[in-house]
Amino acid sequence: MATRPIKVLIAKPGLDGHDRGAKVLARGLRDEGFEVVYTGLRQSPEMIATAALQEDVDVVGLSILSGAHMTLLPKICRLLREQGLDDVLVTAGGIIPDDDIPALKEAGIAAVFGPGTTIAEVADFLRANVRSRD
Amino acid sequence: MGEPADRAAELCDAALAGDRRALARLLTAVENRTVAAEAALRRLYPLAGRAHLVGITGPPGAGKSTLVAALIAELRTVGRSVAVIAVDPSSPITGGALLGDRVRMQSYAGDHDVFIRSMAARGHAGGLASTSGAAAAVLDAAGFDLIFLETVGTGQSEVEVAAAADTTVVLEAPEMGDEVQAIKAGLLEVADLVVVNKGDRPGAQRTAAQLRAMLVASVPRNDAHHHPRPKRPEVLVTTASTGEGVPELLTALDRHRAAGRDGSAEAARLARAEHQVWAIVSDRLRDRLHDPGRRAVTEATLHEVAEHRLDPYAAADRLLGSLGWRD
Ligand SMILES: Nc1nc2c(ncn2[C@@H]2O[C@H](COP(=O)(O)OP(=O)(O)O)[C@@H](O)[C@H]2O)c(=O)[nH]1
Ligand SMILES: [Mg+2]
Repeated sequence: MATRPIKVLIAKPGLDGHDRGAKVLARGLRDEGFEVVYTGLRQSPEMIATAALQEDVDVVGLSILSGAHMTLLPKICRLLREQGLDDVLVTAGGIIPDDDIPALKEAGIAAVFGPGTTIAEVADFLRANVRSRD
Repeated sequence: MGEPADRAAELCDAALAGDRRALARLLTAVENRTVAAEAALRRLYPLAGRAHLVGITGPPGAGKSTLVAALIAELRTVGRSVAVIAVDPSSPITGGALLGDRVRMQSYAGDHDVFIRSMAARGHAGGLASTSGAAAAVLDAAGFDLIFLETVGTGQSEVEVAAAADTTVVLEAPEMGDEVQAIKAGLLEVADLVVVNKGDRPGAQRTAAQLRAMLVASVPRNDAHHHPRPKRPEVLVTTASTGEGVPELLTALDRHRAAGRDGSAEAARLARAEHQVWAIVSDRLRDRLHDPGRRAVTEATLHEVAEHRLDPYAAADRLLGSLGWRD
């Protein structure tokens, strides 16, 4: 059905113990009409890729504060591709310096949302850029 | 018509060969009730019927997801494969959903024999999504030994899970007060096993004892010869967060399944078949009555009933008659 909700995985890679931002985003996207799979703290790239595959999500939203984004985010993109999930839209949010953004986009991150981004902006971006599927 | 069927056949072949991505995509098709999904289910249904379907219901926070995770750990130590369908509610207003059960079931990345899928209820009441049973059939055909169906957990009577599962587990946390009130009688009626979780909390054993007493008292005595014996579920205590009591729960699940093989499960399977088939019959009838050629008559008839110019029985006869149905 054309009207089925977009399914999003919100995951938090890395070792930091704060998931408030990720939870706010997860709830906000639910309120925007998305089906949001929330997986909690301290996710390894393998866990995230497995969850994305089993849940057959349209979007993987990665929330990261730990500073390890330059290793973790490209690794997640690579694992997704290796599992054939190259049509999944991958976005990142959290604290990511502007200088790092080009390399992340190169690695497969479609958009980086800075701290000031509103939920509505994220929702609009996802609706506009998600893959179309049968 | 060829195309969705071809696509379904391709996905089925891949999923049956162990391709988890194809399996995930089939489940999406089933959730979205696509034409390809119907073709896939026709193909897969004859292959299903081997898995043990276990429903887990009970109030939010009782520990359903944590217990499922503990059961997965136990099953994996003995090499049995396991799939989970975890259902959470959809917002009736936005259609959105927050699916959070996976948080407690994370440690199995890379284990091919564990497959976890979250499902939004999408407006369906009763604790499951309307497509949860079909999704379970797909996972069954894919060869999983056990399939857990975790319900929404509204604390209401989510009795529908009993129709979808071979074994229904009703989970409860220890009561703080003196009396067991949280479990609705209707929910206990469908329980094959009652589990008091959070066995590490004070009151767990007392809650279990009260439940045992309640369950014995609720068994009617006078008509035992004319009616199937009511279920008298075993009551167990677990601590899902440490795994305490979980091996015993698995043994009880296996025992219930084995006991069902010689008869009592037949009635449950027949009830499930009836439920599934009637749902499809009613969907198809509705679709037919909304065909472009019939819609006007159908809607006019509904209006007549709304205005009390026609009674609902006469309306039903007229609509069935419009499909050529006569008794
Ligand atoms: N003390 C204790 N807490 C538990 C136990 N099982 C689950 N919990 C906690 O209870 C809360 C709810 O658990 P969850 O599995 O999400 O419950 P559900 O809503 O029924 O799926 C979580 O904080 C768990 O960590 C247990 O056996 N003992
Ligand atoms: Mg849960």
